[in-house]
Amino acid sequence: MTTLEQSTELAAADAAEHVLPPRRRRNETLYFAFRNRKLVVGLSVVLFFLVLAVVGPWLTSASPFEFGYPLGESPSTAHWLGTTAPGQDVFSQFVHGLRASFLVGAVSACVASVIAMAVGFTAGYRGGAVDEALTMVTNVVLVIPTIAVLIIVAAYLHVGSLLWEAVLIGATSWPWAARSIRAQTFSLAAREFVSLARLSGRRGRQIVIHEIAPNMSSYLFLVFILLFGGSILIAATLDFLGLGPSQVMSLGLMLNIAVSASALQLGMWWWFIPPGLAITAIVGGLYVTNVGLDEVFNPRLRDR
Amino acid sequence: MNRYLARKIVLYLLTFWVAVTIDWAIPRLMPGDPIQGLISRLQTDPTGAEELHGYFTRSFGLDQPLWKQYLNFWAGLVHGDLGPSIAYIGSSVSELIWAAVPYTLALLVPAIVLSYIAGNRVGALAARRKWLDSSALPVSYLLTATPYMWLALVLVYVLSFRLGLFPVSGAYDFSLQPAWTWEFARSFLSHWFLPFLTLFLVSFGGWAIGMRNLIIYELEADYASYLQALGAPSRLIRKYAYGNAVLPQMTGLALALGVIVGGALVTEIVFGYPGVGSLTIAAIQNRDYFLLQGIFFFIIVGVLLANFLVDIAYVFVDPRTRTGIQGS
Repeated sequence: MTTLEQSTELAAADAAEHVLPPRRRRNETLYFAFRNRKLVVGLSVVLFFLVLAVVGPWLTSASPFEFGYPLGESPSTAHWLGTTAPGQDVFSQFVHGLRASFLVGAVSACVASVIAMAVGFTAGYRGGAVDEALTMVTNVVLVIPTIAVLIIVAAYLHVGSLLWEAVLIGATSWPWAARSIRAQTFSLAAREFVSLARLSGRRGRQIVIHEIAPNMSSYLFLVFILLFGGSILIAATLDFLGLGPSQVMSLGLMLNIAVSASALQLGMWWWFIPPGLAITAIVGGLYVTNVGLDEVFNPRLRDR
Repeated sequence: MNRYLARKIVLYLLTFWVAVTIDWAIPRLMPGDPIQGLISRLQTDPTGAEELHGYFTRSFGLDQPLWKQYLNFWAGLVHGDLGPSIAYIGSSVSELIWAAVPYTLALLVPAIVLSYIAGNRVGALAARRKWLDSSALPVSYLLTATPYMWLALVLVYVLSFRLGLFPVSGAYDFSLQPAWTWEFARSFLSHWFLPFLTLFLVSFGGWAIGMRNLIIYELEADYASYLQALGAPSRLIRKYAYGNAVLPQMTGLALALGVIVGGALVTEIVFGYPGVGSLTIAAIQNRDYFLLQGIFFFIIVGVLLANFLVDIAYVFVDPRTRTGIQGS
């Protein structure tokens, strides 16, 4: 994960240099976007699961925690993904779990992006003592393993809702993003157009919003995608440990219940294969989308 | 070089202090009473519960002013005293963790080192072989997106339950006692292999992708074009590119440690491997906060030490840190 983040950073350093007039750029971007196989494949996979998450709950009459179905039955026309050992519908759990994953991923990526941008822009644009202090804080949070902090915080707080879980994950996963946004801001802040804006008497905050941020918008988008995928994985780990909300079905919680109910010993593969497969497909799809977008934004990476 | 290492040491000491303070503060500042949880586990009658509450509050020093509690906490850490365990009554937290740490290290160290070496090699190869690039890269992306516990589940289901190639759980056969015998070593290795493989595969993907992208980036740099213009053999150019690409990969190694430690925790749970991960789940299920606190402390110390080792290695790989020149 971290290496992915680094290569995105390297590639985006070039991307900022190719600034075209807005309209031509948009048409050209779309043209290359549809031609890029990685982007098309990655995005299709993610969208497939997103659509399934949205419409899935309407395709089944069962609710995720409802008992009373056949015990431990393999997939059939009545139960598309079979039933669990105590008699719950796996498909219903699965689609609700997908919803939870997308929700947690989106919210915590938003939280992390906001913190990362606040820290990164301020440190990169202000420089000096502010930069030193913020960089120190970022490095400290970066070294502390996210999952260890989340385990101890979640164990005490008894996370009751997805939103809470997402905010906690977002609040701990921002440092790498802040660091690379800071580096980007640092190099952009030395450009002529920023000096010009400064000479014209605009305030720092306006310069960041109107001059610096738009010129790295494609990079910010890539950061968001990586944060999204990373958060889904972290949430799945927390849910698997039994530290997520227990009243909301999630893909990690499905795995947790399947393991503790000996789905492995019972050979009930339909219970534990779909949740993990979906996580892998969604996160992998996001990463591949990220690479595809990188190639679309950065001409030097194309045609390889 | 001294300046570089001194900066790092200051950072790690600061991080250590912040982490320990978090470790201390969370149980005390969060809503909810850990002692109450402990007593409800013991299920005594109300009057007895009250007496017990007072007893535990005193014995854990929770009746003292906060600043004193904080100093006591540090004093305990210095003496290696992390308090008693609630889940395993009669054992101390540090005892339990010391017994579990060797198993976790036996998984983590080989998995980290081997996946790093193999991933970098394959990534560098993929950067110049089209067929390898189009086959290894998608696989690497899928591997790095796989949740550790799920890969563990799939491996144990297919290779152990279906094909019967490996044992299902534990660190060695129940009929054996840990000893320096061939029989025990064989049993240990066959139990060790699948959890190791899980950790290896997921982290391998990340390294391969990172190295491949970095090599491509380096081969586009001016020095590569210059060497090419001079007519240098492409093997030499790639060697220089590899040397430069290893640096960011090493920085990445320090950052990836936290992720792979998290992976080891959940992988151990799937395999019932008696390391820190299995201890963590026992602590969570039994609301054993002292044990969780201790585990957190051990993970922090381990990750900081590993980071420091990587930093020292970095000094040997990157000559700029030795002469005090700032990298661009």
